[in-house]
Amino acid sequence: MKQKLRRSMLFVPGSNTGMVCNAFIYQPDTVMFDLEDSVALSEKDSARMMVFHALQHFTYQNIETAVRVNPLSSPFGLQDLEAVIRAGADIIRLPKTDTMDDVLEMEQEIAHIENRIGREKKTLLLAAIESALGVVNAVDIARCSKRMMGIALGAEDFVRDLRTQRTKEGTELSAARNQILLAARAAKIGAFDSVFSDVKDKEGFVHEAQYVKGLGFDGKSLINPNQIPWLHKVFEPSKKEVDWAIEVCEAAKDAKEKGFGVVSLDGKMVDAPVVLRAEWILDLARASGVLGEEQ
Amino acid sequence: MNTLHVHLQPAHAGTLESSDAFVRVMPNDQAGVEIVLESSVAEIYGDAIEALVLQTVLSMNVDRVKVTVQDKGALDFVIKARVQTALLRALGVNEPDWSTL
Repeated sequence: MKQKLRRSMLFVPGSNTGMVCNAFIYQPDTVMFDLEDSVALSEKDSARMMVFHALQHFTYQNIETAVRVNPLSSPFGLQDLEAVIRAGADIIRLPKTDTMDDVLEMEQEIAHIENRIGREKKTLLLAAIESALGVVNAVDIARCSKRMMGIALGAEDFVRDLRTQRTKEGTELSAARNQILLAARAAKIGAFDSVFSDVKDKEGFVHEAQYVKGLGFDGKSLINPNQIPWLHKVFEPSKKEVDWAIEVCEAAKDAKEKGFGVVSLDGKMVDAPVVLRAEWILDLARASGVLGEEQ
Repeated sequence: MNTLHVHLQPAHAGTLESSDAFVRVMPNDQAGVEIVLESSVAEIYGDAIEALVLQTVLSMNVDRVKVTVQDKGALDFVIKARVQTALLRALGVNEPDWSTL
């Protein structure tokens, strides 16, 4: 199955009208409207209404949209869901997911709303893991629903829960990152790293992005549009990788045309996961502009 | 929202930041919808903005209301969102019927 690229998920506070109107211009892979932590209690209703209309505007019809809703335990969560599912959000980001039950409860509410309004396209779920409990339960969280498209690390709340703070080295996050990545891969869903808060520190951002890409993460959440080209550059495959991927894909195509069950390249057998990885590299290369759309 | 809403509290929504609109709604003695628009693009888009505001208010079945809009270059959907939010606040509605908005 073809995997959608989700290198960059740009947080857009629902209370920031300028950003809500313009976020699509920066071309992140996913625009993630926020109704939770970045919105003051007094503006929950206005942010919800703004995102409700933005999701239906033509500027957001050709870009993937996610919405971070308020928890269902808050007075805002259910109204958030009502509004954004009706407005056509592709993904609901669950905040502070500690257990499988958090996901199942959200799934039940979403299914109920979809049935009521007759929405045929299933809304996907992205669970943000932001506590030690969530990390410990990451495997159950990742595997408990067919709607789950990924799990994401929410580092700011997580380090508070661990009673530590974030550092440039990120050692305090290493256990959580590894656990989240393993859980995501075991469930065959995406893994997304946390935001990098110092928007002026390009070097630190790129260093962290290279590190999490090396671990195997699919992408990061972002809080500033300036970080999008930096991140996409990190995920841009090298010429050597692209050349290798083209060879593998051509060998796979050749084998399929000749009816061979096994793909071989330079006399060596190529496993199916290697072909999938080569296809993914070519997708990245096309998205990065280093390879034409037809290639 | 099939009944006509004539009893509302003064309320507002939005900001005066660029791309936004600040909308105030007040009860009005006279029947109908009174709209006061302040916009740097009023000369070109004033009629369209007023029509949008009027349509939004009428679709929520609100009467006897004065709506003041300070537009800072907002897109249509922003003005609509701000008018709807201000009216819902004025009516004390926390859980609107989203199918009508």
